[in-house]
Amino acid sequence: MVTGPALEPATLPPPGLAGLEASWSRLVTARDADGVRRTWHVLDTHADRDTADVELTLLCVHGNPTWSYLWRRLLAEAPDGVRVVAIDHLDMGYSERTGTVRRLAQRVEDLGCLTAAMGLDGPVVTVAHDWGGPISLGWCLEHRAQLQGIVLLNTAVHQPAGSPSPGIIRLARSAPLLRANTVDTPVFVRGTTLLSRPALSRDVVTAFAAPYRGAARREAIGAFVADIPFEPSHPSAAALDAIADGITSLSDVPVLLLWGPGDPVFADRYLNDLAQRLPQADIHRYEGARHLVSEDAPAAIGDLLAWIDDLRRPPVVPERPAEPPRPHMWAALDRRAAETPSDVALAEPRAGGWRRISWELLSRNVDLLARGLLARGIRRGDRVAVLIPPGADLLAVVYACWRIGAVVVVTDAGLGVRGIHRALRGAAPRHVIGIPRALALVRALRLPGQRIAVAELPSIARNGGSGDLPAAPAPEDAAVVVFTSGSTGPAKGVVYLHRQVQVTRDLLAAHYAITDADALVAAFAPWAVLGPALGIASVIPDMDVTSPRTLKARALADAIRVVGGTLMWASPAAFASVLESSIDLTPSERADFASLRLVLGAGAPVSSSLLHGMADLCPRADVRTPYGMTEALPVCDVTIDEIDAAGPGDGVLVGRPLEGVDVAISRVDADGVARGALSTTPGLLGEIVVRGAHVKERYDRLWATQRASVRDGGWHRTGDVGHLDDVGRLWIGGRLSHVVTTPDGPLAPVGVEQRVEHLPGIRHAACVGVGPVGVQAPVLVVVTDARDEGLADAALTAQVRAAAGVPVAAVIRRRDLPVDIRHNSKVDRTALSAWASGLLAGRRDPA
Amino acid sequence: MRVLVTGGRGLLGSAVVRGLLARGDDVTVLQRTPAGHGSAVREILGDVTDPEAVRSAMAGAQGVVHLAARVSMVGEWRDFERTNVGGTRVVVEAARAAGVDRFVHVSSPSVAHAGDPLVGAPAGPADPEHARGHYARSKAMAELDALSAQQSGFPVVAIRPHLVWGPGDTQLVGRIAERARQGRLVLIDDGAALIDTTYVDNAADAIVASLARCHRDDVRGRAFVVSNGEPRTVAEILALIAGAAGAPAPTRRVPYPIARAAGAMIERAWQRAGRADEPPMTAFVAEQLATAHWFDQRQTRAALDWRPRVGLDEGFARLAASMAP
Repeated sequence: MVTGPALEPATLPPPGLAGLEASWSRLVTARDADGVRRTWHVLDTHADRDTADVELTLLCVHGNPTWSYLWRRLLAEAPDGVRVVAIDHLDMGYSERTGTVRRLAQRVEDLGCLTAAMGLDGPVVTVAHDWGGPISLGWCLEHRAQLQGIVLLNTAVHQPAGSPSPGIIRLARSAPLLRANTVDTPVFVRGTTLLSRPALSRDVVTAFAAPYRGAARREAIGAFVADIPFEPSHPSAAALDAIADGITSLSDVPVLLLWGPGDPVFADRYLNDLAQRLPQADIHRYEGARHLVSEDAPAAIGDLLAWIDDLRRPPVVPERPAEPPRPHMWAALDRRAAETPSDVALAEPRAGGWRRISWELLSRNVDLLARGLLARGIRRGDRVAVLIPPGADLLAVVYACWRIGAVVVVTDAGLGVRGIHRALRGAAPRHVIGIPRALALVRALRLPGQRIAVAELPSIARNGGSGDLPAAPAPEDAAVVVFTSGSTGPAKGVVYLHRQVQVTRDLLAAHYAITDADALVAAFAPWAVLGPALGIASVIPDMDVTSPRTLKARALADAIRVVGGTLMWASPAAFASVLESSIDLTPSERADFASLRLVLGAGAPVSSSLLHGMADLCPRADVRTPYGMTEALPVCDVTIDEIDAAGPGDGVLVGRPLEGVDVAISRVDADGVARGALSTTPGLLGEIVVRGAHVKERYDRLWATQRASVRDGGWHRTGDVGHLDDVGRLWIGGRLSHVVTTPDGPLAPVGVEQRVEHLPGIRHAACVGVGPVGVQAPVLVVVTDARDEGLADAALTAQVRAAAGVPVAAVIRRRDLPVDIRHNSKVDRTALSAWASGLLAGRRDPA
Repeated sequence: MRVLVTGGRGLLGSAVVRGLLARGDDVTVLQRTPAGHGSAVREILGDVTDPEAVRSAMAGAQGVVHLAARVSMVGEWRDFERTNVGGTRVVVEAARAAGVDRFVHVSSPSVAHAGDPLVGAPAGPADPEHARGHYARSKAMAELDALSAQQSGFPVVAIRPHLVWGPGDTQLVGRIAERARQGRLVLIDDGAALIDTTYVDNAADAIVASLARCHRDDVRGRAFVVSNGEPRTVAEILALIAGAAGAPAPTRRVPYPIARAAGAMIERAWQRAGRADEPPMTAFVAEQLATAHWFDQRQTRAALDWRPRVGLDEGFARLAASMAP
């Protein structure tokens, strides 16, 4: 060990670095493990303040090749009572250049020496990024008594077995390149910030690079990279392994993992590894963010502080009333197998006819497959992505997974390839069961997990043996992860417990008075698996269930006839396709529709004309449209007669809440934020908030999103806006994020759009705001029959203004409106608003 | 109250005089040529750059509305500077000397417009360095001068009405109508930039309101943009004005770069020929017609306790009636 004088002493950062307060900087001298006095540069909110009021200290540890600057916003936004101490490692940032090579174990000791010298003996939460992670965790293991929590951002403690080490780092570490990239040139320093998305401002890039001008100041950057133990013989391998193993003992310490999944170095597999070692961790993945997650995701620092807030003042979780346990999801399946073994449980199309599966066969398949999947290594709590279209295989796999306590991850083709990729990376299933096309995609996307082809299922079922099945999952065990449509941002994973899917099943059964005599025409993918749980026969119409428009009237008639269908759930797009093709029906096919007693339009708002068309086609059916969302289904429902009787109103009438479901409104303020206390005052426009035993458990790996969604304690914020009327019926006005914040107050778009869409010649209308929050001018974007483009002429503008009933700044024609993939009906008003804003701003080049 | 209105002959000046009279004020007007307001108004003929004329007009005044300005797209800087900067100094000085205790300086949103689109924008600080063209720069300097002259007992407020129009308007409306009748009105690009405009009576109301509320802390020393708060596309405004004049709406389009280049060329030609009349297009006008400028009116309305009485629809109906043959 070289213990000579410092090659360069510690200094204060130069003035003028963006976002950095000079008053935070201090130099602290501490003896290192070898007894040598070393001087550190430290950012400290209390550098010039009394620490008497400090209740908690955040000890922030940067990685390579950044410095304490990474934590500037934490210092700036720290609440009262919280001290933020952000260190520069020795030989890094503005700390002393020691001329030594310091390895992981020594850096852990160094940090302990520094905190001792600073007298940091009160409660501490560590916050660390990149290779600061292992160092801070090493410190944690030696300071258990004062450790209150751990926050980690894109880091790793272990190279997961069987996964390649990050190519970028391996390349950077190859001997000839190591010095060139990290020390001799600023490639690594600059590259780290250049990888950020969205791109960092020039000021910030400059500040990150500021302490690393000149090769002499960059020695430690190379040393840090060289200290990554990829191979067991590496001098730091033992230290890292000890930390990786040690943290599994921290199970009583709250942990927050904030992650940028676009990190080319610390990819999701390191998150998954950490999540296994620290199963108590709260996790938030910021879709789109990369390595410097706290830079790329502007919300991250606020979320981190919110977590700290909850740590200091735990939120009150309302107690859930005790309920008797409900039957398992497969209970009705087993009952039907015992009572009516040879009745049809499922009919699915196959070449030239139908394949009918009896209750007995379905029940046996589920049982065998459950054993077989166990034998293939699927364990209770494991996540299993199921990429199978509706049909016998899907039902068998889903119910078998539930039987053994595995968690079914359901993605649908409506998310698109990119969406499926994101969804599966986020949900991190340990197993994927799918049709060949889906498995090829999973392979191409290099998603981890055991892959099982549908074709293997028969042999898996045969080889399951006849041992006892494990105990059934508990009501509080997770049952499924499903995904939102992603029409307002990236699709979000939503976790349901068994208890919650059971309540959903029972709500549907009770509200729609479902009995064994019913039969389900499952033309709506997400609900196609519920037939066995409800104990009713299901039929899959001959269509591509993921593409509703492929449902034709004749195929639907065939399906209804096969099982004597009484219930049908389908999306508005499927309704439209059925009605268009109903002209081809023979009288006897037409008669098949008479067995339907209930027709539900689901997934997206259904227009009155579609509902009436279905009512005409299905003469005995009660035609309804339920309101709900991926996070709570259903919430309300309404019949076509009620809609007709109510007449036009401000939004879409979705009816009254179902028994056991509560709906309230949180007023939207002038700036478009819903802050109001929950209210049922008629006419109040606000965010729709729902409560019920069937509402989702949580968003998956979206801790901050989940926190915001349940901030009213026991209620779920839907992100929809609307109002309740005098008789307690709910009207939907659109998405909260699409509210137009005019100077006269917030304006929900849907009511305006409905009025404009009543004009002759207008196919679609979207009401969007242009201008800053609180001053927005409403603009109507319309699709006319002629599908022409550009500003509307005076006559059309005048018509639209008169119909809209709100001040309209401009009327613009477009050929079509941007819509989501899954439902092909949710208009992306955010994108449309940006487009209209650009057009109405005129030229953009100040000459 | 005894009020002096400088520039009392123009579209807005006349409306302000009417508004003050309706309130029962005792009004004096100062401008170069007779305004024809009748016997209820004391009239002094003279130039705001002439301290003597201003001093005599100021006699006995308690409040001042300073509207007089050189408004033109062409001309020499020294002329703008003399009238708009020098004239304002003369009027402010005379007002202070005469013990006037409320001063409304009528300015223009262009004093804070550096050329970028203004979208729901607040009233930014006057910025002579970046203001576009002689008029805007001189008005920016004048506004800064006027507001900085404020002292205890002498509150000053700047009101910036945006694109004032109304019956009898020979400037904006007159010129657009004439070109529309000749079939020479064109749109720059697709005319989609949103702009605010102000019906003249609303601007006058705001000025009268600001005179009344000049002493308040949320008014004194500040600048307020005034508009109808109903942004419309340039294409729609031009069509409405043309329609009021019984002329067809413009349909021909000129790409912005061409319009701007042509405007610059025309400006130079006008300058070389020493012409005093307004050119059909300038680079500044091209820029204005192709760029959004509409404003956040919340603060203006709250501070002045004022709202536009005449909406655009009503205003254009009145305009059409006034222009009917």
